Amino acid sequence: MRLVVPLQGVVQGRGGLIFGSLIPCALFYFLQLYLKRHRSPNSRSNPPSPSASAQNLAELTRTSSRSNLLSRGSIVPVLISSLATSISKPNDSPYYIGLDKASEDPYDRIDNPDGVIQLGLSENRLCFDLIEKWMLENLKDSMRGREEGDLSISGIASYQPLDGTMELKMAMAGFMSRVMGGAVSFEPSQMVLTAGATPAIETLCFCLADHGNAFLVPTPYYPGFDRDMKWRTGVELIPVHCRNTDNFMLSISALNQAFNQTRKRGTKIRGILLSNPANPVGNLLSREMLCDLLYFAREKNIHIISDEIFAGSIYENEEFVSIADVVDSEDFDKSRVHIVYGLSKDLSLPGFRVGMIYSFNENVLAAARKLTRFSSISAPTQRLLVSILSDARFIEEYMATNKKRIRNMHDLFVAGLEGLGIRCADSSAGLYCWADMSKLILTYGEKGELELWEKLLHVAKINITPGSACHCIEPGWFRCCFTTLDKEDIPVVMERIRKLADTRAASRG
Amino acid sequence: MAIEIEQPSVGLSRVAVSKTHGEDSPYFAGWKAYDENPYDGESNRSGVIQMGLAENQVSFDLLEKYLEEHPEASCWGPGFKENALFQDYHGLKSFRQAMANFMEKIRGGSVKFDPNRIVLTAGATAANELLTFVLANPGDALLVPTPYYPGFDRDLMWRTGVKIVPIHCESSNNFQVTAGALESAYEHAESMNLNVRGVLITNPSNPLGLTIQRCTLELILDFAVRKNVHLVSDEIYSGSTFSPSEFISIAEILRDRGYIKAETERVHIVYSLSKDLGLPGFRVGTVYSYNDSVVTAARRMSSFTLISSQTQHLLACMLSNEEFTGNYIKTNRERLTKRHETIVEGLRIAGIECLKGNAGLFCWMNLSPLLAEPTRGGELALWKTILTEVRLNISPGSSCHCSEPGWFRVCFANMSEQTLGVALERIHKFMGQRKNH
Repeated sequence: MRLVVPLQGVVQGRGGLIFGSLIPCALFYFLQLYLKRHRSPNSRSNPPSPSASAQNLAELTRTSSRSNLLSRGSIVPVLISSLATSISKPNDSPYYIGLDKASEDPYDRIDNPDGVIQLGLSENRLCFDLIEKWMLENLKDSMRGREEGDLSISGIASYQPLDGTMELKMAMAGFMSRVMGGAVSFEPSQMVLTAGATPAIETLCFCLADHGNAFLVPTPYYPGFDRDMKWRTGVELIPVHCRNTDNFMLSISALNQAFNQTRKRGTKIRGILLSNPANPVGNLLSREMLCDLLYFAREKNIHIISDEIFAGSIYENEEFVSIADVVDSEDFDKSRVHIVYGLSKDLSLPGFRVGMIYSFNENVLAAARKLTRFSSISAPTQRLLVSILSDARFIEEYMATNKKRIRNMHDLFVAGLEGLGIRCADSSAGLYCWADMSKLILTYGEKGELELWEKLLHVAKINITPGSACHCIEPGWFRCCFTTLDKEDIPVVMERIRKLADTRAASRG
Repeated sequence: MAIEIEQPSVGLSRVAVSKTHGEDSPYFAGWKAYDENPYDGESNRSGVIQMGLAENQVSFDLLEKYLEEHPEASCWGPGFKENALFQDYHGLKSFRQAMANFMEKIRGGSVKFDPNRIVLTAGATAANELLTFVLANPGDALLVPTPYYPGFDRDLMWRTGVKIVPIHCESSNNFQVTAGALESAYEHAESMNLNVRGVLITNPSNPLGLTIQRCTLELILDFAVRKNVHLVSDEIYSGSTFSPSEFISIAEILRDRGYIKAETERVHIVYSLSKDLGLPGFRVGTVYSYNDSVVTAARRMSSFTLISSQTQHLLACMLSNEEFTGNYIKTNRERLTKRHETIVEGLRIAGIECLKGNAGLFCWMNLSPLLAEPTRGGELALWKTILTEVRLNISPGSSCHCSEPGWFRVCFANMSEQTLGVALERIHKFMGQRKNH
């Protein structure tokens, strides 16, 4: 009975009349057998369609020999690389754990007032209204094809220069110059554009260092460097510790000491990695210090990478000096200087993936240009950015407003912390402050700091980044990003910290 | 291989000075000649015609029409802020879903793809490199059938430190992989003390322009199982087959065998929108893996090669539009088929035979009768002649590691019909002149 209905279907189906009546019966019987034997527990498997054909039959007879092959073959699972194995391990850095927790249970003043407040991501949300307004007024024109040459779809669909279009490089040169106070001009031909600053740093590292070489990095530093600079390049990062007594400013003597110690154990140092403005502290390198660093680099014959991604996020009236400015004005060997920049912080567009390597070294540029094929900026995004960056009036307004708003949030937030007896390091830039919460630690040390971080995350429900994740040598410091907040959220943050502090004071007796 | 450069001041890395990027080969030298003297139908009719770039320009009008009619794809409305901030390496869910749907549609709906197994990268170039980092350690080897895409030397070997060991294929059986060739390649790797970690195939093949037969795919999968290695299937031209039923994806083989873990855990598919959708400038690639550890590792590593959220949004809109994708795939196929017929016929009239292809943006031409000597040197000499005298940039088989000299890849989809006509005329004239000698 069961066979009659499907039999009709088969005869009327793709097999056609050729198969007559007996053959479809036999084929269908074999098909049932095949399905029974190969029903995989995996819910994704869909059984083959019932339109029987000779090919299915051929496959069925091969089945038994293949299952022998499989049972003989792989009891051992197939291996992946050592790199992949180490990368797939669950994240043990508080930096990433905190970010995950905050995104799983995100605070919203109205919809989720008990959620985790995100203060661990240095994102700037203060000026989106300005960008949104610009998009509303200008987007259609900027994306649509115009008569002028290659602005139609074929202009952005085709292969572009993999290190970025000249139009965007020119626009970026203009923007960077404005951001850095107009003191220095940038050459588009010395730029290599990448899909974000993350690949820019990695690419530079691939160009300047071999597996097993090292870079000196002042601490505390951005936790992401451990991934960006080390994962695939095999390079080591040597911390050069900076201390609160110096307001976490780098000293040449500390640099020298780290250099010598590292060289003694046979590791080759290829360069220094600076962040200026610094992340997480937010201070700036003075012109004198930059000169000293350049002398040091020349003496040791090493490179300097200056990550200047926060150059447009200066809120005090302190002057930002780019290393490009110093090499221009003094007589330094430019071939060792490389700058990393991007639009994720200064223009609040991290999703668009726009970064760059700026170098004075032709050989580095030549190698980097070839490497950007692995991380090029998407063409429609390049076109959009050319429009927005070329709108001088908008950029001026944006930068002035941005500076004001960051400063307001900074002042409010820092004052809030001071009201709780928490002091912040002196800083003039960035989207964060560097707060000394050592008084809240129960046992002074890294363990105590992590215990505090955990309570802050799980009990007070604020995600801030502990200094140990940034390789800070002094326990108790935390980076708090305040540009993802609204003004109204600041008292909420302070209240939560106060509650936790009171609980701890009470338990201490 | 590192080459020492005189560094008066500060040194560079081995990666920076190595020649593994391969950009000094004829494949790229031809492009340079084109850049210096590009053909233009109006202003430079004696310029070099670029036939070495596998780009699809035949269906731009369809893309343009879509964008005109759907401004919501290019704008965001209220979602702008979230999009501008979105840098999650999981990628936009809507985009991954749209990619999965598109990949399914190309395969005629015969297999399902899980959007959670899609890892996004900025182009297939990045996808291939990333997969190599994930599957193999520096010094390990991947087996790749010849002839292969010249860019693999750079993408699979340069920064990864992994070696390519060729699986030699011959014209006698249309360059299909054989069991013997697989075993030989494996033994050769072993003799060099290289750990083989996987086989990487391109299906449809570049430069052959031919889909891989079902029995060959099964043979390769069985080999991978037997040797306990990975199988990467670069299916970047899967939407560019002239007849949809002739393309069989490795996904279909897995499905037909019931998705057995011992088979699926080693299979990874690379895809991109650069060829099938003609959008290489957008930088959109994917790694699709049936192996959870590979998905996790690849996803985290994709931080170095994320796709702009703006582009993800635009493409999510475009690829979720069933009417658009259905029409595009069908029309694009028809146009490519027609172009292919035009060039194959034009070459035949000129006295040139091609491998009988059924996919891709190029033909695999047999110019071995024209070689002064049947060697690589003879092939390069002919290539030079064609570049300088006929002013056509075509890709010599030696750049693709072909073991038989005299084969050339010629692209037909990256130009207008008129330009293709001019190119065929030039070839005809050239062949005519040679006959008279």
